[in-house]
Amino acid sequence: MSILVDDDTRVVVQGITGGEGKFHTQQMVEYGTNVVAGTSPGKGGQDVDGIPVYDTVEEAVDEEDADASVVFVPPAFAGDAVFEALDTDLDLVVAITEGIPTQDMAKVNKRLTEVDTRLLGPNCPGIITPGEAKLGILPGNIFEAGNVGLVSRSGTLTYQVVSNLTDRGIGQTTAIGIGGDPIIGTSFVDALELFEADEDTDAVVMCGEIGGEDEEQAAKYIAENMDTPVAGFIAGRTAPPGKRMGHAGAIVSGSGTGTAESKISALNDAGVPVGDTPNEVAEHVEDFL
Amino acid sequence: MKLHEYQAKDIFAEAGIPVPESRLATSVDEVMEVIEEVGYPAAIKAQVHVGGRGKAGGIKIATSEEEAREAAEDIIGMDLKGYTVEKVLVEAGVDFENELYVGVTMDRGEGKPVAMVSTQGGVNIEEVAEENPEAIAREHIDPAFGLHPYQARKVVYDAGIERDVANDVASILTTLYDLYEEKDASDIEINPVMITSDRDVVAADAVMNIDDDALFRHPDLAEMEDEAAEDDLERKANDYGFDYVRLSGNVGIIGNGAGLVMTTLDLVDHYGGEPANFLDIGGGAKAERVTNALDMVFADENVDAVVFNIFGGITRGDEVAKGINEALEAFDEIPKKVVVRLAGTNAEEGMEILNTDLVEVEKTLEDAVQRAVENAQEANQ
Repeated sequence: MSILVDDDTRVVVQGITGGEGKFHTQQMVEYGTNVVAGTSPGKGGQDVDGIPVYDTVEEAVDEEDADASVVFVPPAFAGDAVFEALDTDLDLVVAITEGIPTQDMAKVNKRLTEVDTRLLGPNCPGIITPGEAKLGILPGNIFEAGNVGLVSRSGTLTYQVVSNLTDRGIGQTTAIGIGGDPIIGTSFVDALELFEADEDTDAVVMCGEIGGEDEEQAAKYIAENMDTPVAGFIAGRTAPPGKRMGHAGAIVSGSGTGTAESKISALNDAGVPVGDTPNEVAEHVEDFL
Repeated sequence: MKLHEYQAKDIFAEAGIPVPESRLATSVDEVMEVIEEVGYPAAIKAQVHVGGRGKAGGIKIATSEEEAREAAEDIIGMDLKGYTVEKVLVEAGVDFENELYVGVTMDRGEGKPVAMVSTQGGVNIEEVAEENPEAIAREHIDPAFGLHPYQARKVVYDAGIERDVANDVASILTTLYDLYEEKDASDIEINPVMITSDRDVVAADAVMNIDDDALFRHPDLAEMEDEAAEDDLERKANDYGFDYVRLSGNVGIIGNGAGLVMTTLDLVDHYGGEPANFLDIGGGAKAERVTNALDMVFADENVDAVVFNIFGGITRGDEVAKGINEALEAFDEIPKKVVVRLAGTNAEEGMEILNTDLVEVEKTLEDAVQRAVENAQEANQ
């Protein structure tokens, strides 16, 4: 089993005719993802490798019975693309785009309270259920089907930890990138809730980073609600206050909130071992299983 | 992007927020010229992005020519927490009775902007927030509607601002929110807003940080970026389009993806080294970008050794290897030892391409970092 996506998920790719959209559509299809449609305003009626292209998400959803979308639209138009997706019956919208202005996301965030659709991202690598489907840009070959769930704010750090797991023969139920922006659709707590409810997930890895208080809230949730064991990693221990470390969301504020220290101690207090290196995280998971 | 005080004050003044008369100066003579216009007392304020400038000696008030000259000589060229002061703002002194705080920022937890007002201005507001959170009145703003006029009044009343200036303060807050929205600010604040002995309100400081991701729709602000940058390395990073942060150590770090680069920094620290920088080359980097990244890190004279850590998803190991070879083959002698670790997409092809006469290669992240830390220690002996 898995969470959110599997081989039945019918996917529409927003921005399928752009360079990124096209390349990653091919990669997703090659992985076995059921990509049923794409959108690109003004290019309705065309196709990309046999996948039909529509002008609007609504048409794509109606005609092809899609239930999830992946957004590869450039940052200036991505907020609009997410609004468009949220105005349909899709269950899941995965926004890969990096660099969406925060105030655009504040408006999207407001809309999310009014609809049932789940947003993953933006600025995330996407989601993968190994052997079944991937929605996003994760390199499929490093994942293996198994019993560990993974949730992370960062893309390449996810790959690092996954390869440490896979090297030890530990596979994954589903891996979720929630994104590195200050305002995101799915939080750690949301993802942990889904893993806790999934019978096949026997342990969870949570990779956080400096900035915000999502990891502290996750620690509270784990302590109060989770039976499934969780191992953690926090990036940014050496980050100075007030400097944005690449991700728009990875910044320690001047008053000291959002520090790695506060996150690590919150997780430790919740019984979550936090690795000093990605490899140590994999060791902790091995101990759980 | 952080604007300097003088840049933000220009924007505030244009929007109608009262600010003291001021001008920028870069030499002692210029300071004296400006003071002839603004008169005494005058404030001389270092224009660097450092919190607590006043305490660190970066702001001085002069009441005479002698004091002004001395203050200007002290501040221009001084080292303020690692930054050299090149510019000062010279400003007419304000005779004030009270100092307030007014600001707007994004509340990440709520996903909404929040307006904040406090009677405890003039001090570090983050300390106030921590020690005495009730001293700051807050009002969350629905981004779909903006700040309603009643909300601006409410938060000013809640903060306990005196009645006779409440409307003026609410008006400043409204203008700040408008600017926050219009200019895609991530933070905007005035600390302090001064209440003068004539019961006027004046913005004595100005903070305005712009969301880097929104600069594409503000070409006027994007033009200020070079002027806002602190040093040549930051300017170079802007030109190359890198996410770059300079730190104080001697191990140069290049990688792809913010989380993994941060992790590499942390591992350098974990193995007893000190990171010199954060440099993310981003996803899908081609050979030229890799060459630029090495150029960037070599340009930092504090760097004694470099670690290059790539986990390819959309970034291809062979492209990275090509870029590393090209960059290093251009040198007669490699300026600093480079350790490379490639994993993920086309990593094996990349490993084969890498010229091992020029770089050291390690298979795991941990080994690569340890080796770079050792290299830096050796170079430093």
